[in-house]
Amino acid sequence: MWYICFFLSLLLAPLVPGIINKTKAFYAGRYGPRLLQRYYDIVKLLKKGTVRSTTSTWVLALAPSISLAATLTAALFMPFAVYKSPVSFEGDIIVFFYLLAAGRVALIFGALDTGSAFEGMGASREAQFSALCESIVFGVIAFIILLTGRLSLSTSLIGLDFTAWSQTGTSLALVAVAFFAALLAENSRVPFDDPETHLELTMIHEAMVLDNSGPDFAFIQYASALKLWLMISFIVLLILPLKATSPIVSGLLFFGGVFVISVIIGIVESVIARFRLLKIPQVFAGALALTLIAIMIYMVFEI
Amino acid sequence: MNTDDLPVLSIELLKASIEELLASYSVRILAFFAMPNKDLENTEKPFHLIAILLDASTRTLLGAAAEVGTRYTAFTPLIPALHLFEREIAEQYNITPEGHPWLKPVRSQNMTDADDAAQEANTENPADSEAAKFFRLSGKATHEVAVGPVHAGVIEPGHFRFQCLGEDVHHLEIALGYQHRGIEAMLKGGPDLRSLHYAETVSGDTTIASVSNYAAIIEALSDTTPSGESLLLRNILLELERIVNHAGDIGALAGDVAYLPTSSYCGRIRGEYLNMTAEVAGNRFGRNVIIPGGMRTGLSSEKAEKLLNWLYKTKYELDVALDIMLDEPTALDRFEGLGTITEFDARTIGAVGVAARAAGLDIDARFDLPPAGEDTAEQLFPFSSSPIPACSGDVISRIKIRRHEIENSHAWLFEVLKNAIEKPFTNIDPPKTSGKLAPDSFAVAVTEAWRGELVHVVFTDEAGRFKHYKIIDPSFRNWFALALSLREAQISDFPICNKSFNLSYCGHDL
Repeated sequence: MWYICFFLSLLLAPLVPGIINKTKAFYAGRYGPRLLQRYYDIVKLLKKGTVRSTTSTWVLALAPSISLAATLTAALFMPFAVYKSPVSFEGDIIVFFYLLAAGRVALIFGALDTGSAFEGMGASREAQFSALCESIVFGVIAFIILLTGRLSLSTSLIGLDFTAWSQTGTSLALVAVAFFAALLAENSRVPFDDPETHLELTMIHEAMVLDNSGPDFAFIQYASALKLWLMISFIVLLILPLKATSPIVSGLLFFGGVFVISVIIGIVESVIARFRLLKIPQVFAGALALTLIAIMIYMVFEI
Repeated sequence: MNTDDLPVLSIELLKASIEELLASYSVRILAFFAMPNKDLENTEKPFHLIAILLDASTRTLLGAAAEVGTRYTAFTPLIPALHLFEREIAEQYNITPEGHPWLKPVRSQNMTDADDAAQEANTENPADSEAAKFFRLSGKATHEVAVGPVHAGVIEPGHFRFQCLGEDVHHLEIALGYQHRGIEAMLKGGPDLRSLHYAETVSGDTTIASVSNYAAIIEALSDTTPSGESLLLRNILLELERIVNHAGDIGALAGDVAYLPTSSYCGRIRGEYLNMTAEVAGNRFGRNVIIPGGMRTGLSSEKAEKLLNWLYKTKYELDVALDIMLDEPTALDRFEGLGTITEFDARTIGAVGVAARAAGLDIDARFDLPPAGEDTAEQLFPFSSSPIPACSGDVISRIKIRRHEIENSHAWLFEVLKNAIEKPFTNIDPPKTSGKLAPDSFAVAVTEAWRGELVHVVFTDEAGRFKHYKIIDPSFRNWFALALSLREAQISDFPICNKSFNLSYCGHDL
């Protein structure tokens, strides 16, 4: 079953940006791009040739592949619905997040390799913000480890059921909010970044990949969609007590949950403006505080 | 006016007079340029420097000229507002304003306008390569970001060079002049069949203001008086043009901060106003409707009524779109305190229009220089019905000023269109005149275009043809304000700042 969910996830990942864009278009009173637009984009890019700047070296050439490989490997550790990952081991929760980080580091090196001012700026911003964002993610992980006593994605996330919500609902809700903020930031969504903008000077993630084209860019597009899918899966597993349902229902709930979160991201992007870059660290500090408060609530009141 | 009526002063006296006049805050510079003079061709001073000023307190234009050779003492150190004008003079005619702090070419090294004999005689270009270089910030931690002239969006060519320390911009230098349009040169020898269309294309989003100016010039020089209804209809179109651009720009600002609703609504609403313009003029940007002496089309009562209802409906939608953004804390946070120009800076560099008003300068050609002598004169310009919002020169101030102008223009349009239903505009044909322009004369036309005051200055030769056609687009005055507003700002905020001005590249690259 896990394999079915795994391959289904790989297949459905590019749908998430489509759902977000449809939601945004709905709010703006437009039709918006097709749901399957990201698939078309990836296919189109795969058919094209790659153009690389003459100033760049093998670092740029390799970066997209490493990024995709790291994200795919991370996906292997992800449990889907109530099905454990076959390769899971105690401690893979750390491996999972650092594989995602490794993908980003590859892109950062690739961006620096081009020597372009925009990409340097984008890389600098991405490095700065993801370093800060990491603290939130690890706050969340610390909470989950405290809650379940397990160090593996599969065992800790699947272990949650109704009792988790009934006994530790307050702290779980705070953690979910904090992780949602981290999700938006990690995947360069509004209010932290604007994936739609054409303004190079304001971009974070997009500025980093300006010099990538063709299949390279397809890899990046797919990897970012998959990363978004994985982080949404994480939050769905965190907040939905799937263990309490039957396997089939849990599967449906899981995929349904991913799409609902995608719609919520679309709504968030529609109703607030992007933050000033200077404000972003403050938002991170707020989200980190939420996770710490959650841990405190858990340890003092809920244990 | 006849050219002989333009007082010719000595260069020192011209400088002293401008400086003295500017000391009273009601006077501002409209135009300052050089013009080769055939009569003086073989003398030591073959050029005229022309200065046109506007005194808002007496609502009069002031003009003076001075004869110069290839060198004179620059005015800029004393009158910084002239700095770009003097750079232009140096570039176009190889006249060196001595002591000018920054003689960087304005548009290019070799201007197409350089067909004058004087230029050939004087091959030493004052815009030397040293001055043409960009300022640079040195140090290990600094970096330089170059944007353009080819941009990611569908916009005009312009190069922006940022000197940054991390995310902070210490200096922004804007290099324009990629288009080499030569409009002023092509207008020389006119008016002919093409002149009107050149005037229309000076800057596409300012068509109505520009062609109104052109028509006013021809009317003044040929002693033609257009009917009050024609003038009123021109102003209706001008105010529609203002609303179109203000609404579109505020929407684009919302887009730049990723605030979707206002961005999308304003995009559509801008189209509504363009379509209203098309309803009156037959063209969404108001081309081919204004002609010297009158208009090509009038305004029937049915059209006026349709337009009025349309305006009421669209105004409501625009209000909603703007209100939701101006009530949204995350959006306001992006606009407040960003890209500030102080009142002092705005006055010193001679900023005009929305940017200047947002910095607290009370300058608006619609009030400072209203058309005189018409029955409908007081109707001809939209008077300020509500107080100007408190402004601090930042992006939100420019948005507030634009919103304020949207309000005023609507209030005025409602009044005028209500009257037009009772009394449609039918008397719009140009009066029959010889159409010959007065020889050896000059005329100045000033219109408050949506960005700021647009000035046309025309001199005719002995045969009544255009000898010199000078256009000063408000963008020419305000690009430097944009550069200043970025000082110590965040580089990621540049697009918002830029959009709050939304200056014209082609209006600058004449």
